Amino acid sequence: MKLSRKWLGEFVSVQANDRDFAEAMTLSGSKVEGTEDLGAEIQNVVVGKILSMERHPNSDHMWICQVDAGQGEPVQIVTGAQNVKEGDLVPTALHKSLLPGGKKIEKGKLRGEISNGMLCSFPELGLEQRDFPAAYEDGIWILSDDPELTDLAVGQDIRAAVGLDDHVVEFEITPNRPDCLSVIGLAREASATFQAPLRLHEPVVKGGGDGNLAELLDVETPDADLCPRYTARMVRNVKIAPSPKWMRERLRSMGVRPINNIVDITNYVMLEYGQPMHAFDYRYVKGGKIVVRRAADGEELTTLDGNVRKLTGNMLVIADDTRAVGLAGIMGGENSEIVEDTVDVVFESANFDGTCIRKAALALGMRTEASAKFEKGLDVLNTLPAVNRACELVELLGAGEVLDGVIDVLNCVPQPTVLKLYPEKINALLGTDIPADEMRRILSSLDFGVDGDDITVPSWRGDVRTTADLAEEAARFHGYNNIPCTLQRGETTKGGYTPRQTMERRLGAVCRACGYSEIITYSFISPSAYDKIGWASEEPLRSSLRILNPLGEDTSIMRTTTLPSMLEVLARNYNYRSRSARLYEVGKIYLPGGPDGLANEPKMLTLGAYGEEMDFFTMKGAVEAVLGDLRISDLTFAACSDDPSYHPGRCAAVRAGEKTLGVMGQIHPAVAAGFGVDVPLYCTELSVEALWDAQGPGAEYVPLPKFPAVSRDIAVVCREEVTVGELTACIRRAGGKLLKDVSLFDVYRGAGIAPGSKSAAFSLTLRSDERSITAGEADEEVQLILSALEKELGAVLR
Amino acid sequence: MKEQLAKIKEEALASFSSAADAARLNDLRVKYLGKKGELTAVLKQMGKLSAEERPVMGQLANDVRAALETALEDCSKKLEAAALERRLKEETLDVTIPGKAVSIGRQHPMNIALDELKTIFIGMGFTVLEGPEVELASYNFDRLNAEEGHPSRDWSDTFYFDEDSRVMLRSQTSPMQIRAMETMELPIRIIAPGRVYRKDEVDATHSPMFHQVEGMVIDKGVTMADLKGTLNTVVEDLYGAGTRTRFRPHHFPFTEPSCEMDVQCHKCGGAGCPTCKGEGWIELLGAGMIHPRVLEMSGIDPEVYTGWAFGIGLERMALRRFKIADMRLIFENDMRFLEQF
Repeated sequence: MKLSRKWLGEFVSVQANDRDFAEAMTLSGSKVEGTEDLGAEIQNVVVGKILSMERHPNSDHMWICQVDAGQGEPVQIVTGAQNVKEGDLVPTALHKSLLPGGKKIEKGKLRGEISNGMLCSFPELGLEQRDFPAAYEDGIWILSDDPELTDLAVGQDIRAAVGLDDHVVEFEITPNRPDCLSVIGLAREASATFQAPLRLHEPVVKGGGDGNLAELLDVETPDADLCPRYTARMVRNVKIAPSPKWMRERLRSMGVRPINNIVDITNYVMLEYGQPMHAFDYRYVKGGKIVVRRAADGEELTTLDGNVRKLTGNMLVIADDTRAVGLAGIMGGENSEIVEDTVDVVFESANFDGTCIRKAALALGMRTEASAKFEKGLDVLNTLPAVNRACELVELLGAGEVLDGVIDVLNCVPQPTVLKLYPEKINALLGTDIPADEMRRILSSLDFGVDGDDITVPSWRGDVRTTADLAEEAARFHGYNNIPCTLQRGETTKGGYTPRQTMERRLGAVCRACGYSEIITYSFISPSAYDKIGWASEEPLRSSLRILNPLGEDTSIMRTTTLPSMLEVLARNYNYRSRSARLYEVGKIYLPGGPDGLANEPKMLTLGAYGEEMDFFTMKGAVEAVLGDLRISDLTFAACSDDPSYHPGRCAAVRAGEKTLGVMGQIHPAVAAGFGVDVPLYCTELSVEALWDAQGPGAEYVPLPKFPAVSRDIAVVCREEVTVGELTACIRRAGGKLLKDVSLFDVYRGAGIAPGSKSAAFSLTLRSDERSITAGEADEEVQLILSALEKELGAVLR
Repeated sequence: MKEQLAKIKEEALASFSSAADAARLNDLRVKYLGKKGELTAVLKQMGKLSAEERPVMGQLANDVRAALETALEDCSKKLEAAALERRLKEETLDVTIPGKAVSIGRQHPMNIALDELKTIFIGMGFTVLEGPEVELASYNFDRLNAEEGHPSRDWSDTFYFDEDSRVMLRSQTSPMQIRAMETMELPIRIIAPGRVYRKDEVDATHSPMFHQVEGMVIDKGVTMADLKGTLNTVVEDLYGAGTRTRFRPHHFPFTEPSCEMDVQCHKCGGAGCPTCKGEGWIELLGAGMIHPRVLEMSGIDPEVYTGWAFGIGLERMALRRFKIADMRLIFENDMRFLEQF
């Protein structure tokens, strides 16, 4: 919302400069987004009078002018323009002046003759023809030829002379305050902010136009719920013309282009009162009847912008007997537009249901200045003063003859809200000590009715309904920054992380210690992501929550797996030529079937990596580190060849006992290729829920060994199909109490080993907690292990 | 014999000090002090001496042996020291050669910023609450006093899963206020960080998914002054003691009075610059006293209990914290970006 400070000044006198004004208004609740001095780009340009002109001795088209610029001595300026004559008043840019666009004017010589400045055209002052319809377009702007430019004084600053001396303040108005979308609304706020009196004006309409309004116009509102009030007046014998300079200036300051007197009046009243107005040509209102009704489904209307709109039954139209002539609260129809030869005009000042207008504007993609106001819910009582103000302006401009009387259909008579003022409750809520009288003063400065502790809320303040709302009014003008700062008191609460949160934080810490960096990826993915990771069409996890109004297909379903997100990030880094990447994410998946029709949102720990020094076992080491940190016991990695996202020979199901924690392995080369990556990618997906369930008890000290250990290395040859896991398990089973540790240190294939077989070498640690064991005991133990290996797995000592 | 001993001593001492290394020194030790050494050879002639001379000579011989042994030890120490010095010299490294790389994973900058906030609030007795992102519109809007017809409920602004606009992706973390009121015992002090979703196209300052942190306190006698005091403390912890803030009136459906909190621009210190759009202040968060209607709808008597709440955009915090110019970097997860934190 833009506000002209000159216009504001009509209602309240505020001396503050723009910065102070902006700050004070912001702190009282009307947030200022910026301020603009309309004449900031023009400096040292004045009204000059041409005293004499003579031909330039070295030019056949230039003139040497002596100009009175109010400086005593005449100023010599050379011009090439041909429309200037002696006695004219013209915009004169003096030596060291500034013009819009950063243009600097300095004295110099033109073909040998001194020129101390420049005479200006109106485009050179940043103006358009619409701003000054009488001005001559090509050539110097002869101010004295414009009948609207009276009271010009030689030497006067040009900005004041042509209305460029205004300052405009841009506000961000919150949706609860549609009353502030008007000059008067902001003037009221400024009046309370600066404690300066508000001077409101009561419109006075002389009327007396020829004709009887009741006979000429009839209004029906069959959909009364969507049209709480419809107020209209009529003007006859209209003379369409440009509106006067002062009105054009104000419209321009507020960012509205002047059109013609009638249209300008509707815009002027909308800006001043915050009440959207519409004017339409009476001759096109067939049957002299206005019907405010829902559109028929499929009904068409060409709006003022020339577009044909297809309407639905949820939209409200202004119609005559036969057809729609306007889209209520949004835009008029082309078929009833004010044109050059319009004679009789109907001014509509109505109140429409905000939600209806908002939805219609949204559906039609045409949010207008009017609809933006209506959608917030306007003051029902504002329609009459606004229409009267429009008629007053018609008379002031001599634009037509206003008929006596008003058509006013009032379908809902608003009852004023009366609240009790509880100063102690307000102070208790704010933590302040504002005197009750100060609260009353603040409220009455905002035009609340104050009668002791009975507070009558003005009709335009629909947002004020409770004591808390009154507290805000008091706080705003007491100053939020005058509320003290205290620290929370009361009952102590124990803060901190839950054990589950602590575990998740720990997961992240261990991943980072293993060299994996954290990523954050979108929760929504493309439906095609499931194809990309190789899932079969009957995969049950394909059943995902689908966003009905997504930004795009790529972000249209809620992921039931984090794998595609991780692969995408790996692929992106690969494409960015990062030589290696190690990444992790603790993120949610979204499974349909949660409570209340919501999702189950379990978290997943996902690892992803590629590049130098990365292979299956490197990643497995990180997984083991994470699981080891959680002290998960009975951990197994079982070969898994049926996960379609992974390499069938390089994938493991991660289990704790019977419970599956997740899966890890090399991504299927075809899947990787689908992401545009031709190097091996490695991923791990672990259910955080399952990790939580599987985690072991906290750390407990085990006494350090008192007796020395004996170590024995064995290498056994077995068939290729026998896994190291099976060998290890067999060794452990056979080893008995003395066997403390088994670790693989080599797997060998090749010379000396039959094809289809391999050699696996283990280091065994044997120890007793009670005594030193002998070499003989250790050898016995090894023999038991070797015979078990041979018997159970056919593995023989190499 | 006396002369012999003196000669041996003189010769031996001279040869010891000129020995080049430990091996040579050992040879000399054998030569003079060994079983077949020169000193022993002299002592073997002791038998020829008279009874009077013998103790005198014996004493003398012992003195010479002691002197030689002491000298040997000194020379040996010197040689050892010299050897050590040589070795150290040989072992000298070019310490400017880079160390062997240890790769340590990094935390995402957003979560670094979040952790800082969590630490501050946990220190003030807050717990961290998490909740659903696929949320009921009734929690996201109705129970937060955003009535039917509130613009943010539009399909142009919010993602929905059903035609009745019943289930949606939460557009704010504020529904966690309601979930906390429903499930927790009073008094309540929580923060609730998490993902939120709005229908914004991706650009330098927008993303359809982003993060907020909700904070809420409900207790008897909670005031707006408490809200200000708490948030000021947080800001001082985040941005340094003495960081200036200001509170401006604002509007949220679920708080009354409502406010926004600004922090003085870190670039210009309040004078006005492009970073703060000339205002001298940068908006940090929205907050307010919980609307009595919101408390009431969740079964809390607003005549007995009051509360405050705030919501802060985490991306904006992280961007400022690390001087990141473009929000897209947050979700791009480029290693070259991640490795900087």
